[in-house]
Amino acid sequence: MKTESKLEKILAAGHLAVTSECGPPRGALPDQVREKAAYLKGVVDAINVTDNQTAMVRMSSLAASTIIKQEGLNPVLQVVSRDRNRLAIQADIIGAYALGIDTMLCLSGDHTKFGDHPMAMNVHDIDSMQMIQMVRDMRDKEIFQGGAKLKGAPKMFIGAAANPFADPFELRVLRLEKKINAGVDFIQTQCIFNVEKFERWMEGVRARGLHKKCYILAGVTPCKSLGAARYMSNRVPGMDVPKDIIERMSSVPKEKQADEGVDICIETIKRLKKVEGVAGFHIMAIEWEEKVEEICERAGLLPRPQI
Amino acid sequence: MKKFEPVIVAFCCHYCAYTAADMAGSQRLPYPANVKIIRVPCSGKVDALHIIKAFENGADGVYVAGCLEGDCHFKNGNEKAARRIDYVKKYLEEIGIESERLTMVTMSAGMGYRFAQTATEITEKIRKLGPSPIKTAITQ
Amino acid sequence: MITAERKPLEELIDYVKPFKRILLLGCNECVTVCAAGGRKEVGLLASGLQMALLKSGSNIEIKQHTLERQCDPEYVEELVPMIDGSEAILSMACGCGVQQLATRFKDKPVFPALNTQFMGASERQGVWAERCQGCGDCVLGITGGICPIARCAKQLMNGPCGGSTGGKCEVSEDVDCVWQLIWDRLKSLGQEDRYVDIMPAKDWRSGGGSGPRKIIREDLAE
Ligand code: SF4
Ligand code: SF4
Repeated sequence: MKTESKLEKILAAGHLAVTSECGPPRGALPDQVREKAAYLKGVVDAINVTDNQTAMVRMSSLAASTIIKQEGLNPVLQVVSRDRNRLAIQADIIGAYALGIDTMLCLSGDHTKFGDHPMAMNVHDIDSMQMIQMVRDMRDKEIFQGGAKLKGAPKMFIGAAANPFADPFELRVLRLEKKINAGVDFIQTQCIFNVEKFERWMEGVRARGLHKKCYILAGVTPCKSLGAARYMSNRVPGMDVPKDIIERMSSVPKEKQADEGVDICIETIKRLKKVEGVAGFHIMAIEWEEKVEEICERAGLLPRPQI
Repeated sequence: MKKFEPVIVAFCCHYCAYTAADMAGSQRLPYPANVKIIRVPCSGKVDALHIIKAFENGADGVYVAGCLEGDCHFKNGNEKAARRIDYVKKYLEEIGIESERLTMVTMSAGMGYRFAQTATEITEKIRKLGPSPIKTAITQ
Repeated sequence: MITAERKPLEELIDYVKPFKRILLLGCNECVTVCAAGGRKEVGLLASGLQMALLKSGSNIEIKQHTLERQCDPEYVEELVPMIDGSEAILSMACGCGVQQLATRFKDKPVFPALNTQFMGASERQGVWAERCQGCGDCVLGITGGICPIARCAKQLMNGPCGGSTGGKCEVSEDVDCVWQLIWDRLKSLGQEDRYVDIMPAKDWRSGGGSGPRKIIREDLAE
């Protein structure tokens, strides 16, 4: 075991892990974080805390993660390379670990163009790949990125994202392999709606034995409405929502669409459970945290193992 | 006040518009004497600087007359001219000159009547607009 | 080349309004090629300024001149005999030229007429696109001759990100995903293995991270 992370323990014990996510509020509203987290208590193993998600300013991931930790839950600190240089990122990682946060996710982040500060500079001093390397070296070699020795190494369980649906498809397995070589421990994928394409990606992953080198959590999202499905399909870069999902959502009356979205999500999880190499699920119920319990229950993911 | 007689500069391409002007002359089709014709080898040859200089020197209106679409003697000089004119129009607005004072027209060599008609229409349009703000500023 | 675009006339008028005689100075190099500050643009701007000023009832004498290069002291020296005739200089060079003038003529106000944009190449007539950010440690040899630093919206050294769609970048359908271009090129060169190596975090010192950069060629420097 590389870390004390609960997520690592669950995965190492061979259980299907379940994570979810929680977007911090756009203001100093700590109770909102607690509320969202409360829905997930006992339902998931760890909670991703987004870092200025969609390039909109929010309570810092570190602060919200700390609140979640205080509530007795396990946050996954998300860090984007868009907003901070390597000094700030390393400082935050040490700080987070000092506060008991032991799991993180290394990302590049959405471009500022999509957020509420399109006039801001994108930092990208390092990219997500290099961030993984950096955190691994901090943990395993006990050195800073700059090479100096570090005392009190942060033992982070290191995650990253993978998007099987972005282009070019043939690079998507290779890029995962690069992340593994950089030192990633677990992967959370982009939301899966196109299960066939995901399966094809997993074939490539297995062909190179990558599923044995890191834990792959399959990302799923329940659609709240037809509009949400359409939005994801048309407006979110790198999202693949196939026509039949849109058709299925539009085949039911408006007031039934949320239920349909949840049904689709549960069916997807059940189907993905059979895919060799899937080590768990990352359920992204955006501003819909209260639904995660039902999804887990009906998908047969409850109760969560006690480690 | 003296009646306003606009000064109009027409850059006419040698192959079409200028020939059309000739034709108008030989057919004795009248067109306003306000229009000062400048023969150019191709409408695409008319530079932004030529147009701007015309206004700076007191023109109230400028037009560039090229060949009909697809008929340019030099392949696509007229298309280039049209794009350049759109560009200069924006600059005119920046300077504070109404962009309607600049126009692009096209005609074939045989269209003597169209030449005379265009010259008359543009002269009337500029007459309605009044003297160019630059000319007004010069005389003040 | 260094590319640039003219500033709005209004801003330029604000700069020159307080003066009676100005020198409008073009440059014969990059800004001539990108049609922003060469001899012709000097003429256009002089006329435009003149007319706009005339409208507001003011009158400035604008002397037009274009140097071979504004970023070279030898050419700037050419101005010495004529400079006293002007109270200020409006430069149509890139930011380097403007600063060269400001350094040489200590008591002359110098204003930029252009917004200097980027180091780019001509894609076709009238279209220039960014190609290099002068990072000081070129990686083109590894990336198939295509620059991820200047041309990836996220400067990813190990792309493509999850937003790359159909060859286009997530920021705009008008922008190619440079990592798609790099991959295609590596493939056609048979160098796919180049992709597998992780490019380590960049040392930005060579890219300006350690302050203003300077090149000193011992054999040439006087
Ligand atoms: S790698 Fe650096 S030097 Fe080379 S083209 Fe890109 S920015 Fe310019
Ligand atoms: S889509 Fe391609 S070019 Fe755009 S940010 Fe992502 S990797 Fe860079």
